[in-house]
Amino acid sequence: MPAKQKVTLFVQCLVDGIYPEVGQAMVDIFDKLGIQVLCPPAQTCCGQPAFNSGYRREARIAARRFIAIFEKAEVVVCPSGSCVNMVRNHYAELFRADSQWLPRVDNLAAKTFELTEFLVDVLGVVDLGARYGGRMTYHDSCHLLRGLGVRAQPRKLLQNVSGAQFSEMKDSERCCGFGGGFALKYPDISAAMLEVKVQNIMESGADTVVGCDMGCLMNIQGMLSRQGSAIKTMHVAQIIAG
Amino acid sequence: MVEINTENYVAEAHKAIANPVLQRALADVQDRFHKATAAAYHTLPEGPALRFKAHQIRMQAIANLDILLETLAANVRYNGGHVFFAEDGKTARDYCLAVARRHRVKLVVKGKSMVTEEIGLNQALADGWIEVAETDLGEYIIQLAGERPFHIIGPAIHKTRNEVGQLFAEKLGIPFTHDPPTLAQAARKILRAKFLQADMGISGCNLACAETGHITTVSNEGNIRLATTLPRVHVAFMGMERIAARLEDHDVLLRLLCRGATAQKLATYISYIGGPRASDQTDGPDEFHLIILDNGRRRILADPEFREILGCIRCAACLNVCPVYGQIGGHAYGFPYSGPVGAVVTPLLVGINRAQHLCLGETLCGACQEACPVDIDIPRMLLALRAKLADGDPLWKVKRANPMEKAIFQIWSGLIRNRRIYELSLRLAAVGQKCLPQRNGMLRRLPPPLHGWTRSRDIKPLAAETFIQRWKKKRRVRGIHP
Ligand code: SF4
Repeated sequence: MPAKQKVTLFVQCLVDGIYPEVGQAMVDIFDKLGIQVLCPPAQTCCGQPAFNSGYRREARIAARRFIAIFEKAEVVVCPSGSCVNMVRNHYAELFRADSQWLPRVDNLAAKTFELTEFLVDVLGVVDLGARYGGRMTYHDSCHLLRGLGVRAQPRKLLQNVSGAQFSEMKDSERCCGFGGGFALKYPDISAAMLEVKVQNIMESGADTVVGCDMGCLMNIQGMLSRQGSAIKTMHVAQIIAG
Repeated sequence: MVEINTENYVAEAHKAIANPVLQRALADVQDRFHKATAAAYHTLPEGPALRFKAHQIRMQAIANLDILLETLAANVRYNGGHVFFAEDGKTARDYCLAVARRHRVKLVVKGKSMVTEEIGLNQALADGWIEVAETDLGEYIIQLAGERPFHIIGPAIHKTRNEVGQLFAEKLGIPFTHDPPTLAQAARKILRAKFLQADMGISGCNLACAETGHITTVSNEGNIRLATTLPRVHVAFMGMERIAARLEDHDVLLRLLCRGATAQKLATYISYIGGPRASDQTDGPDEFHLIILDNGRRRILADPEFREILGCIRCAACLNVCPVYGQIGGHAYGFPYSGPVGAVVTPLLVGINRAQHLCLGETLCGACQEACPVDIDIPRMLLALRAKLADGDPLWKVKRANPMEKAIFQIWSGLIRNRRIYELSLRLAAVGQKCLPQRNGMLRRLPPPLHGWTRSRDIKPLAAETFIQRWKKKRRVRGIHP
């Protein structure tokens, strides 16, 4: 029996603007589990793009707004390890000298979860009865893996999808070269890194590459598309919702 | 004195990416051989958590650096050695040259030392008409090639055996061969003669111990041991941070260093050197000098945000896992220190503005910290460097690097404050993107400043409706307030 009966969605800007179907998949998952979903419509961005580029004042503006919107929630769930890493691990750095905001940061950080870690670790759900006809491989996103320590959770969820096969790619933990602004400022270094990733995906024999962060997946999808590959990119939520 | 090319990061990176031989060498290094170094601390008898203890050991030593260095110096002096505290590269070079002149040194044999690369010592010696022979095989190769170390531990890992064969044929006049043992033998023959002729040996210092008053050198070729015992004079260069308080601490760090550097439990040759040959000893130099180098380290020490980088023991495990280093190699960093550690330490040594690409040109993937045997939080310090570049910093004399980007983020911070305006700007962009070339539902080209993205990849266009819009609509249909 799920411990929490109500979740609040922190959508991530990429999902909101480019991949709304991923947000929908999250809603479907919680509907299936009989958990009520809330979604504050005022939300925009957690501030990570500014923080990663060094613009801490601007990041703080975003973070304060984010905290004000989400701090009353019972539990906050997000389909991006990178955004959760921002809230859980970097907000404290952003407000390290601010005794007024720090307790609010800590309060929110403690109840903000990435989707797969919430499903597996908090709810204890590993099988959602999903079906998928294809061969999947999984890309470990850096911040999810090294920032939040989430490695097994998405794999457990994927291994319980019926009809699907799973094969690990080589170096699944190697960065895909996205890095937010990095991909725009150093596009050729980024692309060289991505080429290695795409090569490893292709060699895995999978027809679908699954991940927990649309940043990485957008990057991977971009090169697969440019190279005319038929390999699909899917968020783990899209797989386990269906 | 030493060349700084940090401004050429992008151009040098492109060169490396476009060089298929280099790419293969890099992939090989990271893939086959060096991934082991990142994993090596997992097989410690004490378990992997020893690295957290090692981190503490390092940070405590850094916090007590003044006392530890004085203790080390007193112990070395007690044993008959000389200690010189050098404020910068020039003072260090001058001191070494003065010692060389006093002893009428004509030939120096050197063990691999990154600190001497940092201060451009070889050039200074050559300018003083003193011949320098690097004796580490990799370092010897790049000395012949006139290059800079490509990697902190394996300076010549980017050279194929064919290239080394050609280099040796050209510079040493031996018949061309690409057989590694034959090449190693050829170098060995030449270097053995140098060892016997040399008047002075120069080494670095992998680690020092205050309690015992010794410095430690680590190698797998035995060359450092020869270079520090055969010549009459031994001059050792040490970065002022490279010290452990007690022998127990030294033991932990030494073992982690060997694991991180070469995935060995211990390297083949480890020497503890505390002074010149004593009267009852048969081997060793008549004179021993220890040069302890500041060269900007004290400034790092004074800033709590960056002090942690002084904990680095230069094992290079982070280079071996870094996906950026894996594509661009060591020369793009424009200074002897490359890879993740170079990206933090070089800007702090040569100037943050000057080395801004080193601070910005990474993805913050965190593989470096995970691989680091002393758990140095490199991504945190990269972020801190970026913050200095973003808004300027008087303490480090940093000027705002990109006023245009600052303006963009200021506008961005206005947009995200108000969902209606944010939504509106997304709608406008969604209309605007209709003019962009598309194929199979993917955008093929983006306008500046986003155009770099679409040089080698497509991107999915903005959706017709944001998730939040959909959500609100559905709630309205169901008569629920959102
Ligand atoms: S930062 Fe860590 S891994 Fe990198 S060289 Fe220094 S000690 Fe080794």
